[in-house]
Amino acid sequence: MSTGVRHSTTCYHCGDTCVTQVLENDKTFCCTGCRSVYNLLNQSGLCMYYDMNAHPGITRADPERQDKFAYLDNPDIVRQLVQFSDAQQTHITLYLPQIHCSSCLYLLEHLHKLQSGVVTSKINFTRKEIFIVFNHGQVSLRRVVELLTSLGYEPHISLHSKTGNRQGIARDKIYKVGVAGFCFANIMLLSFPDYFSTNSYMEENLRVLFQYLCLGLALPVLFYSATEFYVSAWGGIKNRYLNIDIPVVLAVWITFARSLYEMFWQHGPGYFDSMSGIIFFMLIGRIAQDKTHQYLSFERDYTSFFPIAVNKLFGQSFKPVPVEQVKEGDVIQLFSNELVPVDAMLSKGEASIDYSFVSGESVPVQKEVGELIYAGGKQLGGRIELLVVKPMEQSYLTNLWNKSNYTEKDTSNRFIDTLSKYFTVLILGLGLSALVYWALRGQAGTGIHALTTVLIVACPCTLLLASSFTYGNMIRILARNKLYIRHPGILEKFNTVTALVFDKTGTLTHNRDMQVSFVGPDPTPEQKRAIVSLAAQSKHPYSQAILAYWHDVAPVRLQHFKDIVGKGLEAWHEDHYIKLGSAAFFNQPGLERQSIVFAGIDNVVIGQFVLSNVYRDGFARVFRSLGQKFKQYILSGDTESEKQFLQTTLGNGVALNFNQRPDDKLAFIKGLQQGGETVMMIGDGLNDAGALKQSDIGIAVTENNNNFTPACDAILEAGTFHKLPLYFRFARYGKAVIVLSFTFSVIYNVIGLYFALQGSLSPLVAAILMPCSSISIITLTFGLSQLSAWRLKL
Amino acid sequence: MNVIILLLICSLLVAAGFLFAFIWNVRDGQYEDSFSPANRILFDDTLDEPK
Repeated sequence: MSTGVRHSTTCYHCGDTCVTQVLENDKTFCCTGCRSVYNLLNQSGLCMYYDMNAHPGITRADPERQDKFAYLDNPDIVRQLVQFSDAQQTHITLYLPQIHCSSCLYLLEHLHKLQSGVVTSKINFTRKEIFIVFNHGQVSLRRVVELLTSLGYEPHISLHSKTGNRQGIARDKIYKVGVAGFCFANIMLLSFPDYFSTNSYMEENLRVLFQYLCLGLALPVLFYSATEFYVSAWGGIKNRYLNIDIPVVLAVWITFARSLYEMFWQHGPGYFDSMSGIIFFMLIGRIAQDKTHQYLSFERDYTSFFPIAVNKLFGQSFKPVPVEQVKEGDVIQLFSNELVPVDAMLSKGEASIDYSFVSGESVPVQKEVGELIYAGGKQLGGRIELLVVKPMEQSYLTNLWNKSNYTEKDTSNRFIDTLSKYFTVLILGLGLSALVYWALRGQAGTGIHALTTVLIVACPCTLLLASSFTYGNMIRILARNKLYIRHPGILEKFNTVTALVFDKTGTLTHNRDMQVSFVGPDPTPEQKRAIVSLAAQSKHPYSQAILAYWHDVAPVRLQHFKDIVGKGLEAWHEDHYIKLGSAAFFNQPGLERQSIVFAGIDNVVIGQFVLSNVYRDGFARVFRSLGQKFKQYILSGDTESEKQFLQTTLGNGVALNFNQRPDDKLAFIKGLQQGGETVMMIGDGLNDAGALKQSDIGIAVTENNNNFTPACDAILEAGTFHKLPLYFRFARYGKAVIVLSFTFSVIYNVIGLYFALQGSLSPLVAAILMPCSSISIITLTFGLSQLSAWRLKL
Repeated sequence: MNVIILLLICSLLVAAGFLFAFIWNVRDGQYEDSFSPANRILFDDTLDEPK
């Protein structure tokens, strides 16, 4: 028997590993919270909850405050939240973001068994909402909400009543498709006699009747279902821009006019079936596209999150949690230069907030305890504690991020725009020339035929969609792998990069496990406390290492904290001036051998901290595989102490530069760009914000911290740093997928046009081909990008 | 053969009925949640009355 094996069990309720085991009924739980939920369900006979899914529960390890929902006792607030209330019952809809499986459905729809007074409850799974009817005489809203919270389903109550567009393709599109489908099918049925017409089969009156019926059925399609396209085409014309809906509208009306002509003058069959078919199939194609776009943006806004973390208060200590798990009422801790991720109230510390990300205003705003700080601001002062007022809104931050950088780096859409403009003109030209050609040959009928089918068959939508769907899906996959990209154009740029610039500290090195030693006379407890307090204000890896080294000293509050980028920290404590920083900050000559942080009080150096760097696992491998395709550079603000090590580990292919201040880094990148290189910079956002912004692609590496800077184009979680070469390969595959889709689209168009110009393509077949091509492009792009991801094990 | 007019009217009325039902369904939100109804029928205990 091996002695070294540790038997870890998982909690029966939530599936987390049990560090301390709590037992009941020969089942193991990770905490008393989970066990209480189990007991509650067991007593009410709801154990089917556990039968339906393994570990369906949500962890109860984080105890809630008792009076968290006290505000629900207030009748005014209750009135705002409920949908309906009479003498006995109240109806309310609550948003429960934790709903994720059929067990949740089971439990939440059996609330009446757990709490008397609840009449019924119904779930809308897609929207993650629960609709509850309860007798407010027997149970209060607060009790209901507390019950839900104790089960692990804390409702997200927002008094600003933003129900948000969490789903729902526009209903009216569905009505239009329904009407178009109904009319189309019936017109086809009514046209059967015409399809199979031999003169003696039908009396003339009946034939006319059938034609009028077809005309009647065609009108709703023309005037209701097709309004989508009219609106879009008109919008295009008003802006002097030929968009892709104009040929469609033309085709529809030409067919209609022709059918009328045939019906009234030639007494022939109309083409109402083709016309309504065109609209029906096009609408289907549109809905497929819209659903895909919606899926991608939903994923982006609600599912794949910024891989950044904040320190949250658990009981007495702070632990990092992913920022999307932060809820209202939590207490979070922010260090200097960190972004405020959610709307919160200042509860401890001095806050000096830079709102340039949100409002463009770069003059920092001083905040007092009790004041509200909005999400998106950056803390320039020292360490503060905040009470969360609103939970994280991913979409808000993403929007800010996109808005802030829009003008500078986006070129991708321009190609598509010009392409679609010329495409439409080309198609119109082709159609008209076909008409003229056939008219001159005396077959005007064929000519009109050719014109309409050319207008329908030519589909630039595949060209437009291929790019957005492929990159949209790829971004989704990358976000699952903890690389969060600002927008698709960035991913496209990956393929143009020629030079890679890496920051050293925090990017290539760990923030944990650093070896520290103090060189100098033994400091007094007072001095220790001062230094530790200063170090505690910042998330810089060296500060954190010092904090861990002297962890037995409790930090105190300091005044006038300042973080001088690239140099160090300073603050005042009881009339003493405290400094921590690099050699340059202290005007000392730099020592060549190690990373050193000087500590000084009242302008006297009291000692130095000698720090060793711990590099990330596999970082040499990353450099080796990337070195085959890119020029690589390392810029470090540190001394040349690591030069030997890096040179031997990485070989001579990587250029090393030390003692780089932020300005030096920026200048270096500019220099590379002037030399014709496309530069990707990978840094930790702490003191290379300028360089990140200047580079063509700037990636910020985060590790349990929140050094998010709006200057970056992508955020990478440190744990997946070693996947960098894979990401480049993925981007290359993406390009191949797009090229493939383009080729497919071109071939389709060429073949379609070949038949259309000859007039041998029926408009109905052309109409069917349209959504087929849209759907095939969707399948192609998604399928191939998923395939590439699978191949790369992403 | 003229009876076909009557047949036409009837069939169009029936079809229109279906269209109406479709629009009614969509308005009522029947298709919004495709997950819950499927799972709801699998729940074991049936028709327990609330206390």
